[in-house]
Amino acid sequence: MESLKAEGVKDVFGIPGGANLPTYDALYDADFRHVQVRHEQGGGHAAEGYAKASGRVGVAFATSGPGATNLVTAIADAMMDSTPTVFITGQVRTELIGTDGFQEADILGATLPFVKHSFAVTDPRQIPEYVHQAFHVASTGRPGPVLLDIPQDLSRADIDYEPRTEPVELPGYKPSTDGNIKQIRIAAKALASARRPIFYTGGGVINGNASEELRELADSDRFPVTSTLMGLGGFPASSDRFLGMLGMHGTWTANQAMDKADLIVAIGARFDDRITGKLDEFAPHAKVIHIDIDPAEISKNVGAHIPIVGDVKQVLPKLTREYRALQTDSSRLDEWWNTLRGWQDAHPLYYEAGKDGEIKPQFMIEALHRATGGDAIITSDVGQHQMWTAQYYGFDKPRRWINSGGLGTMGFGLPSAIGAKVACPDEQVVCLAGDGSLIMNVQELATCVTENVPVKIFLQNNGYMGMVRQWQELFWDRRYSSVEMGASPDWAKLAEAFGAKGMRCEDAADLEEQMVAALEHDGPVLLDVRTVAEENCYPMIPPGNAARDMVEAPRKAVS
Amino acid sequence: MEAGTPQVVKLEDLHVAGQLSGRKHILSILVENKPGVLARVAGLFSRRGFNIDTLAVGPTDDESVSRITLTLDGAVHPIDQVTKQLHKLVNVLKIRDMEPEETVAREMALFKVSSAVENRAEIIQFAEIFRAKIVDVARRTMTIEVTGSADKIEAFERMVRPHGLVEMVRTGEIAIGRGHD
Repeated sequence: MESLKAEGVKDVFGIPGGANLPTYDALYDADFRHVQVRHEQGGGHAAEGYAKASGRVGVAFATSGPGATNLVTAIADAMMDSTPTVFITGQVRTELIGTDGFQEADILGATLPFVKHSFAVTDPRQIPEYVHQAFHVASTGRPGPVLLDIPQDLSRADIDYEPRTEPVELPGYKPSTDGNIKQIRIAAKALASARRPIFYTGGGVINGNASEELRELADSDRFPVTSTLMGLGGFPASSDRFLGMLGMHGTWTANQAMDKADLIVAIGARFDDRITGKLDEFAPHAKVIHIDIDPAEISKNVGAHIPIVGDVKQVLPKLTREYRALQTDSSRLDEWWNTLRGWQDAHPLYYEAGKDGEIKPQFMIEALHRATGGDAIITSDVGQHQMWTAQYYGFDKPRRWINSGGLGTMGFGLPSAIGAKVACPDEQVVCLAGDGSLIMNVQELATCVTENVPVKIFLQNNGYMGMVRQWQELFWDRRYSSVEMGASPDWAKLAEAFGAKGMRCEDAADLEEQMVAALEHDGPVLLDVRTVAEENCYPMIPPGNAARDMVEAPRKAVS
Repeated sequence: MEAGTPQVVKLEDLHVAGQLSGRKHILSILVENKPGVLARVAGLFSRRGFNIDTLAVGPTDDESVSRITLTLDGAVHPIDQVTKQLHKLVNVLKIRDMEPEETVAREMALFKVSSAVENRAEIIQFAEIFRAKIVDVARRTMTIEVTGSADKIEAFERMVRPHGLVEMVRTGEIAIGRGHD
């Protein structure tokens, strides 16, 4: 406990059990907040939401065996999205390890593929040192999850505690952060030669707290910017130089720009398959500058012509300085901008407006933007609603958009909203949920009520696992297999049963007003919004295709 | 202008550094001598789909450090990506991709060969040519210890196999840099 306090921990999420009783006993007197969740997976995602909203390390506790294995999805999720998190699991007593003891699970072994690092405590005196190292590894370099597994007998041992304040020394862990200046100079000159450049920015900009630095670089000339799902908010969506998100459900313009660019500047992004589409046909004309803190990302999927390993917050200002010093003539970008503007005019995000008060899911996100002033922390689950939020909310600031990008974990939205609200109690926190996803961790409504965490759940309820249905419609001959949600609960009543406020909206005309009412309510609210059932999310690059094969929403009306 | 950076960078002159070397690589990896480190290294290889051809693990002159020597095919795997992924393991201290010309690499193998009386002389002769040692003789078999490069061991295998190879055990290669470093 003392070690956690020394790391500046203010809040933790978790559930007690046999093997972590000593920790919970110490927690009884500790002066930081413990949020008692209802399922360890919820605790894990809450820790992620906490970290993503605040930039501070998120912490979750679980007991041994099933408690620990329930964390695994959250750990894998934090690994994929580089979320700074520390997971502390109880383990059976030392003499029981390896005997298949009650509630024994080799959680260290089970999570090896999903952790940045992990520690098994074998001596109580290691605990302060390992806690110190765990927070250091989780929060520096490319952030990620760290697991600390403590046998019950060792966590109850009395040790003389000495706070570790000296810097952590791990001989095998030295992230390089400054970026090679020679490479940065070459990159600046490549930018000066480029006629069709594009900045492709990712979650590294958010994790690296480098939004300001990114804006300055983009402002050093008229550089167009696109962002991955994870990078949204790293560059203001309202800027006229922002082309929207790229990738499978990105904008037409952003994807065409990647396809036709002569120079891609990848900043804290990792060329995921949802970005590149068919790898062989990705960005055929482009040279690549790749800036990332993780050297292993460079040339992993797409070869980098100019690799720069470093912290974006340190590298970008240097690149800006070098580029400005070249005093390049900005008019070389005129033709490129003409092309980009032409695409934007011809291929905007489009959906057919709802008729007779029916609620289009895209309209719901636009209403959400208006109701929250575009300034709420929005968490989401995974699926169509997630993509529509990414497309239509227009995030202007970092750490406002919290979702499960890499692992794509349904059920992430509600617990991560709890974490975000605990981290940022003064911010409006909305979980924009899907009905297929929300039910996967719906038990955390009890946490919202009991722990007084007033998150607002705006449920996009279409009665389907919508994205899977969309794929079955488009690629599997409309054979809808196990995607209908059937007798879904009466969500408003369910919320009321948990002690939260339940609301329902079935008419587009009432939606914004009801959202505002929910936001103004003093406590957790679930607003069940009945949206059009079989709406598809467009535009879309069909899986395995190239960006130029993007498909847009079919238009019935003349536009 | 700084030496080493050209005045103008033309995009068409930029190239991606080569990925596949096309040859066998020996990686000499120093790791912290802690429980589970081998599992982390082995797990990384299986998860990323890298095939290990041989693997040898042993102590070093520093008891807190162990050495993992492994060989893999650079025609199939981008070695650069393999070493960068390995470097991300916190327990991995140092990795050397051993240069073939600068390296002494050795492997040991034990061959159990069926040795009818009429073949024995020939097998013993092979062993002498390969500077191998006969370490066990039984009524129907002989066991021979061979040390050398992987090529030499494979050559010896080809020689004795027609006589009836009962069993072969190989250690995997270990390697050390030539001269001073």
